[in-house]
Amino acid sequence: MLKIKNLNVSLDNLTLAKDMSFSLEPGKVNVIIGPNGTGKSTLLKTLFGDILPESGDISFNEASLKRKQLSQWREQFGYMPQDIKLDIELSVLEVVLLGKLDALSLRLDDALIKKALIALEKIGLLHLANRPVNRLSGGQCQMILFAQALMRTPKILMLDEPVSALDLHFQHVLLDHLDTETKQQGWVTLMVLHDLNLAAQYADNLLVLKDGNVIASGHPSEILTPALVKDVYDVNAEVTKDSYGIPFIRTIRQGFTPHQPTIKSQHLQSKRTICI
Amino acid sequence: MQSDLLSDALSNQRRSEKRRWSVIGILLIVLVSSFILDIATGPSLLNVKEVANALLHLIGFPIEVDPTTKVIVSSLRLPIAIMAVIVGGVLGVGGAEMQTLLNNPMASPYTLGMAAAAGFGAALTLYFGSLGLNANVAVPLGAFVCCMLAAAFLFALATMRHISSGQLILAGIALLFLFQSLLSLVQFVSSPELSQQILFWLFGSLSKASWSNLSIIAGITSVCIFFLIRDAWKLTALRLGEERAKSLGVNVSRLRLKTLFIVAIMTATVTSFVGIIGFIGIVAPNIAKILVGEDQRFFLPLSFLIGAFLLSSASVLSKVIVPGALFPIGIVTAIIGVPFFFWLILGKRR
Repeated sequence: MLKIKNLNVSLDNLTLAKDMSFSLEPGKVNVIIGPNGTGKSTLLKTLFGDILPESGDISFNEASLKRKQLSQWREQFGYMPQDIKLDIELSVLEVVLLGKLDALSLRLDDALIKKALIALEKIGLLHLANRPVNRLSGGQCQMILFAQALMRTPKILMLDEPVSALDLHFQHVLLDHLDTETKQQGWVTLMVLHDLNLAAQYADNLLVLKDGNVIASGHPSEILTPALVKDVYDVNAEVTKDSYGIPFIRTIRQGFTPHQPTIKSQHLQSKRTICI
Repeated sequence: MQSDLLSDALSNQRRSEKRRWSVIGILLIVLVSSFILDIATGPSLLNVKEVANALLHLIGFPIEVDPTTKVIVSSLRLPIAIMAVIVGGVLGVGGAEMQTLLNNPMASPYTLGMAAAAGFGAALTLYFGSLGLNANVAVPLGAFVCCMLAAAFLFALATMRHISSGQLILAGIALLFLFQSLLSLVQFVSSPELSQQILFWLFGSLSKASWSNLSIIAGITSVCIFFLIRDAWKLTALRLGEERAKSLGVNVSRLRLKTLFIVAIMTATVTSFVGIIGFIGIVAPNIAKILVGEDQRFFLPLSFLIGAFLLSSASVLSKVIVPGALFPIGIVTAIIGVPFFFWLILGKRR
């Protein structure tokens, strides 16, 4: 279990975590949501040991994060930062292989290459394996970096906005795969998402961040309410539930008036009717 | 079907690795040719067969060689030719690692002011005298110390927590201007004879190569390159960006300092013996990148080979441009470096 106790983090005189405490169980997908600049990425970096907290304790299976044992601490992590730019003359396969950096030697092992290829196969991108990575789209790069993070066979997997550049299909490929692996491998998975509906669909546990605090946590069906959305984002929303009880958030525009079809679209409509 | 795709991808990877090894092999052959040509050219022109025989004789093959040819090859030209290979190689590797470290194709020990600092150190030693030391020892020592001082300043910046690669490059460029100005100042206050001596040192020359110099340079260089190759994968990961390298388990600040230190030692050593030789540090890695990509297992040795080839062929050119005279090699490398540089810039645009 990953435990965060009384964590205080400040950057440039800005408090990003104020006496923050929560714990994350293995085998569950934990999703952090919250407004921009509220410290979601900073929290991930702090857990990874990249930012030094002012006070508090971070521990995994009762072993606390210590400065002097940072490399051992990080060995347990798979971490996918926000940046998806891959401006390097390497093949997709080589980029994925870098996920297993400690196992790489001057002569690449066949078994290791196969492992990287299987990681690509699982996310449906095996056909790109030998392509130069700097000629791929942003979305494809994001998927490649996801495969790279998986190569590390982590105990804790952290992803910072992993679907920000993905189309609808790959959003679900990535998140479905993440959900399955988390449950099968017993990972502690923690990711930042901005899309509340994706968060509602995939989170086993939702952490809502505001002003350096976790103001709500629990299953999305229990905590996602119009009042919460209004409080966190200052946006009016309707929250309905589908037949599985998963919340669906529909935002409401302020001062919204219903759309009147234009003359052109009326014309197109009538034309279509004639064709039919 | 999928397993076919998988084995296809595996064999494509192996094929791509083989292709990159062949590029390295070809460059090795090209380098050996230029190396032999470098030994063959000079005031008394030797033919390639004579040179090859003399070299084989020197490494123990029972081949009859003309005694004069043997002396010319072993005592006069071989040290210079080997020096060209090692110095060119070191400049190529130094540039490659600086570019990797700072994530910028324009970075090299030259553009970061380390070579200018060495020049200033040499000029200062020539100006103030060798303080009782032999001038052949004092001048390289002065150059080495100043180059390491410039590197130490860059280290100090690199250890600061919030210093980015871009800021480090700007600081290096500022150092370059500072040391160039200080160098001009020393030249300005020197007598015309001394000023000329400084100028000749700055041009860069392989003519001071001797077996003892070579053993020092070769020893230091091989240790440094060994350590760089050991970190080949970490350095490759560093090119994905600092944050991403960290996420892959690389201790970025340690790697950055270690590599900077190794490059500084290599550059300071070669520059202190041969003077300032520009452009190879920028051009060689950029060509290597085009040929084999940025997997350091190939990128690093190829940067060495291309750097070595460029300086070796510049050494040949420096002897044939003005027959009977030795043209300063630093000028030749800059002259062949500039068209390459333009080609790279325009190539990028395409």
